[in-house]
Amino acid sequence: MHDLIPIPALGVATQTIGTITIAENAGVALASVAARRGRADICADVLTSILGAVPDVGKAVLHDPEAGFWMAAGQWMIGAPMDTHEDLADQLKAKLGDAASVTEQSGGWVVFDITGAAMPDMCEILCNAPIRRMAAGDVQRTMIHQLGCFVIRRAADDHIRILGPRASAGSLHHALITAATAVA
Amino acid sequence: MTQKNRIAGGQIDRNTTCKFTFDGRTYAGHAGDTLASALLANGVRLMGRSFKYHRPRGPMTASSDEPNALVHLRSGARTEPNTRATTTELFDGLTATSQNRLGSLSFDLLAVNDRLSTFLTAGFYYKTFMWPAAFWEKVYEPIIRRAAGLGTLSFEDDPDVYDKGFLHCDLLIIGAGPAGLMAALTAARSGAEVILADEDFRMGGRLNSETYTIDDAAGADWAAATVSELANMPNVRLLSRTTVIGAFDHGIYGAVERVSDHIATPDAGKPRQILWRIYTQKTILAAGAIERPIAFNNNDRPGIMTASALRSYANRFGVAVNKRTAIFTNDDDGHRTATDLHAKGVKVIVIDPRADAPRARDYEVLAGAQVVDTMGRLGLTFAKVCLADGTERIIECGALGTSGGWNPNVHLTCHQRGRPVWNDALAAFVPDDLPAGMTVAGAAKGDMSTAGALAGGAQAAHSALELKGRLPAIPQAEDAPVNITPFWYVEGASRAWVDQQNDVTVKDVKLSHQEGFRSVEHLKRYTTLGMGTDQGKTANMGGLAIMAELAGKTIPEVGTTMFRPPYTPVAIGAFGGRHRGQDFHPKRLTPSHKWAEEQGAVFVEVGNWMRAQWFPRKDETTWRESVDREVLATRKSVGVCDVTTLGKVDVQGADAADFLNLIYCNGFAKLPVGKARYGLMLREDGIAMDDGTAARMAEDHFVVTTTTANALSVYRHMEFVRQCLVPDLDVQLISTTESWAQYAVAGPNARRVLEKIVDQDISNAAFSFMACANITVCGGLRARLFRISFSGELAFEIAVPTAYGDALIRRIMTAGAEFDITPYGTEALGVMRIEKGHATGNELNGTTTAANLGMGRMVSDKKDSIGSVLSRREGLNRADDLRAVGIKPIDPTQPVPAGAHLMISDGPVDAAHDQGYVTSACYSPNLGHHIALAFLKNGEGRIGETMRLVSPLTDIDVQVEICSAHFIDPKGERLRA
Repeated sequence: MHDLIPIPALGVATQTIGTITIAENAGVALASVAARRGRADICADVLTSILGAVPDVGKAVLHDPEAGFWMAAGQWMIGAPMDTHEDLADQLKAKLGDAASVTEQSGGWVVFDITGAAMPDMCEILCNAPIRRMAAGDVQRTMIHQLGCFVIRRAADDHIRILGPRASAGSLHHALITAATAVA
Repeated sequence: MTQKNRIAGGQIDRNTTCKFTFDGRTYAGHAGDTLASALLANGVRLMGRSFKYHRPRGPMTASSDEPNALVHLRSGARTEPNTRATTTELFDGLTATSQNRLGSLSFDLLAVNDRLSTFLTAGFYYKTFMWPAAFWEKVYEPIIRRAAGLGTLSFEDDPDVYDKGFLHCDLLIIGAGPAGLMAALTAARSGAEVILADEDFRMGGRLNSETYTIDDAAGADWAAATVSELANMPNVRLLSRTTVIGAFDHGIYGAVERVSDHIATPDAGKPRQILWRIYTQKTILAAGAIERPIAFNNNDRPGIMTASALRSYANRFGVAVNKRTAIFTNDDDGHRTATDLHAKGVKVIVIDPRADAPRARDYEVLAGAQVVDTMGRLGLTFAKVCLADGTERIIECGALGTSGGWNPNVHLTCHQRGRPVWNDALAAFVPDDLPAGMTVAGAAKGDMSTAGALAGGAQAAHSALELKGRLPAIPQAEDAPVNITPFWYVEGASRAWVDQQNDVTVKDVKLSHQEGFRSVEHLKRYTTLGMGTDQGKTANMGGLAIMAELAGKTIPEVGTTMFRPPYTPVAIGAFGGRHRGQDFHPKRLTPSHKWAEEQGAVFVEVGNWMRAQWFPRKDETTWRESVDREVLATRKSVGVCDVTTLGKVDVQGADAADFLNLIYCNGFAKLPVGKARYGLMLREDGIAMDDGTAARMAEDHFVVTTTTANALSVYRHMEFVRQCLVPDLDVQLISTTESWAQYAVAGPNARRVLEKIVDQDISNAAFSFMACANITVCGGLRARLFRISFSGELAFEIAVPTAYGDALIRRIMTAGAEFDITPYGTEALGVMRIEKGHATGNELNGTTTAANLGMGRMVSDKKDSIGSVLSRREGLNRADDLRAVGIKPIDPTQPVPAGAHLMISDGPVDAAHDQGYVTSACYSPNLGHHIALAFLKNGEGRIGETMRLVSPLTDIDVQVEICSAHFIDPKGERLRA
């Protein structure tokens, strides 16, 4: 067992601005899955066994403990609790074998959970996701403060999860705070 | 001053008084006023000076098409020039000053220009300021710029913030007049998602300015009730104070919402304005129409305005501009103004050039008459009228309303090159070729009655949304027909203003025609008609009509100029949004950033990355001291550098090796698992694109690294190749640049340091030069190790998941303490790679080939790869081509700066004899003098030659010796140790 201690992308405390709460979520392990050529059916079967379904275009499957969303043609991002799935990529590769290419993504992303009644107003200031039309499980890839991000509508009506590039966690968080302040 | 012109009625809140200042004098108005209406209520008609002649000007309109009443709003850093007083919402504490004057507004010294008007005609400076040519920039232009122009900037940073946002809807309705409101009601009741945007702070459009009834209610009350109903519908978004500025492709509209312009200072963190991008399926343009003036002598005195503006000030704002008012109209609409003003106690007289002008019982109508001139130095006092019988009559009046008909507001219909068509009945252009998804309703379409607007709005929504069933019940409203006889200007006028903002007269238009500038686009550029902040909304038609008459054409034959976004001026801040100052672009921080900050690192921006440039110590006074120390310490013992920023692309799949074989010009198919290889990518044209390494982690798995600068472009290139050129290959790509924290540990003791961290054997026998492997560190953390060297020393690059990057750098420093491990930044990195002769972006500069770089033999002729064929072009393979070489000064104290050019020692120094140029240079602490990398013609055959290194621009002329580019360890013994 190693003795190195991981740090979150940003390590900021949860902030509430008006009705909006912005929380960094450092507890999500991520891995991408890309179906190999001619192995899409097998990949889909495995993903179905893990998630319950294969995320469709622009959709997420909000499954417990693993969840996933569509990233590109034949490519998905799988997430799971870090506590139990730090080796998520290895776990997935073990199940998918040569049916898919699996890449660890935990270190590449910062995850923010945003909740609150004014979340849609804030989202409109942030990005081009049609937030008021999005239902639970809808996912949009979009730009926030010039950063490529994923916006996931979670189960609760006032909850979105934003995945952005980890190295720019500070800039992204700043954008979230300013947007929340603008609509508060 | 009391509000002497305030009359009963209107939609202002008389219980809320707002104090404001104009040119330092304090006035009072009411909530619901505009700056213009409040000033007029206080008897102030003079609000500005004209662009060129500095003539006194007052408001011409009560709307956003205002050409004259432009002021500086607010003060200090918040000063906003060229703000239309006619749309500026009054608030308590508002401060405004007049602009474009020298002296006071009443006594503007530059009004002398008006005396010189004979010489200051259209295009005068094209003709006048031609000699001597050198005077233009230093003398003429500054004088002209000082004398002309509008407002001035504060030259301070804008203290307010602006946002940009995105909205989505089924139906966007532009304009909340009768047509827009009825369209919104129809659409909203169907359940559609509706956005209703209006530039005014009070929705209702002309209904707020008229005395019409709708059903049994006042039009303004019907509008207010309708707005209230819409506001309570969850599928409706009402955007007042929002101007739709442009119609763009694919149903996208730009709109500026003035969130905080109506208060003195925005609340902390709140935007002053939001630039919305609205995505809509359908659009209804219900932007109404703009009344056009009639041109006659001295038609620009304060107090002269459009008749509809007089009506707005009276009916909406409770202001009679003057108790004695004349109306000059060629259509029945002007008579409405007379009727309304008369009902409010204003003494009115109507001048109508039509012989059959409608008669009135309550006020005098001069049929067949024309206003031929006006008097009054700073405001209108008298109008001279030529009666039907040819006699003249002087009429005392302080206000004169002109009505030359109404132009449907077609602006947004033309943003995608649509052209309006002429309508004889209206004597105006109406929309024709519309942007996809747009329909037009109400006055904007040419339906000039309220009944027509209401019905048209409902029908437009019904059609746009393809609703089933009957149209909703349409309220009863006035339905008067348009009755107009075109009349553009009074014959014989010498100083009749067509475009008041740009001081363009009828005479200027005639001069333009006379001098051959007859195309409508030439007319605009030559006279400036239609330019400026109002873009000629009240002027263009007059200019077209005069040009048509002169050219013997019809107005539609003359055509219109192009309408382009934005509809009204937009603050640059709104376009910038939050992207300014420190937030101009996002920052990318490396995994060791926090630790580097603790060490006092000096950072440098590399793209968006913030990289440690060097790590100064307290006793070091210059950056060179720090860098020299870092280089020497690394080569002597060991150093560590964060190289996370290098692009990393995960390449997997059964055909991954074949894919890389295509991407790189050198071979990768036979690279064994556990080995990395330097690779060079070429562009299709054979020029070097990027370099890096590809490490084979498994049979079907490579990790490709790119330069920091090209990480994105290389990844994009690889995806293009994968998806478009070789879609049949089984290969998957994904960027992992930020997923792994990666550190270069370099120097003779690098292995000893890492042996304390890495769980596996990394001896030279077990992990030789260019080895790579998935490993574990510190007792089990998954990691990757690459034995690659950029510095030329024994070196490794070690990577862990990014979350552990901070912990790893601290552990490396702890492990290396006994070896005096030294963190080094990008400067030391650069010095060491120059000493080693490694190329980077300076050398791969978009013009160089593999051969130039001395890597010509890497381009394999045993396989196909991108760029390999074109790299063999004759033009890229001449005998005297540039080759990479090293440079060192003959006098070791001399620098050899990058950018300098190489010349033959005893030859001429000019471009024709250029032998090459320096790409990278530094001081080498190991060698004790400056060194450089350069490209030199036939460089490899000139080693040992003495040459001149020159830079005539910076007075550099140094004797140098050509040498190998590998200054340190040319045999590569260190990195294989």
